[in-house]
Amino acid sequence: MPAGATYEPIATASPSGTSDITFSSIPSTYTDLRLVCFMQAVSGTLQPALTINGDTGTNYSNTRLVGDGASATSARQTSQTEMTLSNSATATTVPAIFTADFFSYAGSTNKTVLGVASADKNGSGHVERKVFLWRNTAAITSIKINVYGVNVASGSTITLYGIKAA
Amino acid sequence: MIGALVAGITGSGGASLSSFESISSASGTGSSGTITLSSIPSTFKHLQLRIAVFASAGSCVIRVNGDSGSNYARHVLRGNGSAASAFGVASTTEAASLFPGGISSTYADVAIIDILNYGSTSAYKTFRIFSGQDFNTSSGYLEMTSGLWMSTSAINSISVINASQNWTTDTRVSLYGIKEA
Repeated sequence: MPAGATYEPIATASPSGTSDITFSSIPSTYTDLRLVCFMQAVSGTLQPALTINGDTGTNYSNTRLVGDGASATSARQTSQTEMTLSNSATATTVPAIFTADFFSYAGSTNKTVLGVASADKNGSGHVERKVFLWRNTAAITSIKINVYGVNVASGSTITLYGIKAA
Repeated sequence: MIGALVAGITGSGGASLSSFESISSASGTGSSGTITLSSIPSTFKHLQLRIAVFASAGSCVIRVNGDSGSNYARHVLRGNGSAASAFGVASTTEAASLFPGGISSTYADVAIIDILNYGSTSAYKTFRIFSGQDFNTSSGYLEMTSGLWMSTSAINSISVINASQNWTTDTRVSLYGIKEA
């Protein structure tokens, strides 16, 4: 198998400032997608959220499991307009890592996504796992990372990978 | 593991792109509740199994090498949308019993399963599993599972089993191998 054929970077962005990021024209040639975000805010409350194929309808839901250093909790949200990667704010002094795994993204079934958010603020922090549902059977061709005007720090990176099965 | 891979991809050292390779994959047939990926080569260091399963009902368990004996154990951290819980199971018959909300034919039940040192002939095998299901308004579950197979045999096959229903054709099971330097 040639190098890079299985796990390939599709696109990378280096967000800085208040602009949202959109990965578009995602090819359908992979089995799964993996989004990896390394993000920090200059100021404000950064809670990045994903919208798929420009869909801002109430077609998203999620179930989450969260540890905040003191307790573990679980909650659900239905009829959401996006996939919020973390319900805990990212600090301005330390970066947070977010990942999202999209399964069978090019298929004709509703789309399920596994998400992880990790941030440690030296004295506080959170680790968060989520399963998202996007109730749509269309192939995923674009992913928008919304930052809602929060000033994202230079050095933040977002990369979309494709994972191709045999 | 993925961190090392990403480091390799981004050129900051570590593994190269080819250190994460597809080994095999299979789809559901609609006429069987078992998908087995066999003849797994011993040329990798770790394995990653990625599954998205669909069926009209039933359950999903993971076994290796066809072993259905009480040679497995696991611990689970679970969120059900209202509370977090944890439990363990010893001397049981599968490495993982996934998706406590049942299996859906409409919404995928998904999991990423990392199996470390699968080729060792001197150590038991440990599984790290991240699984989830969200059925919109009805229910959702998220689990982190550590699984143990108490055998020193190298893993050469992995089975994804629904004991009571057939996997539909939307079901996808993909196995990847991860090499070390």
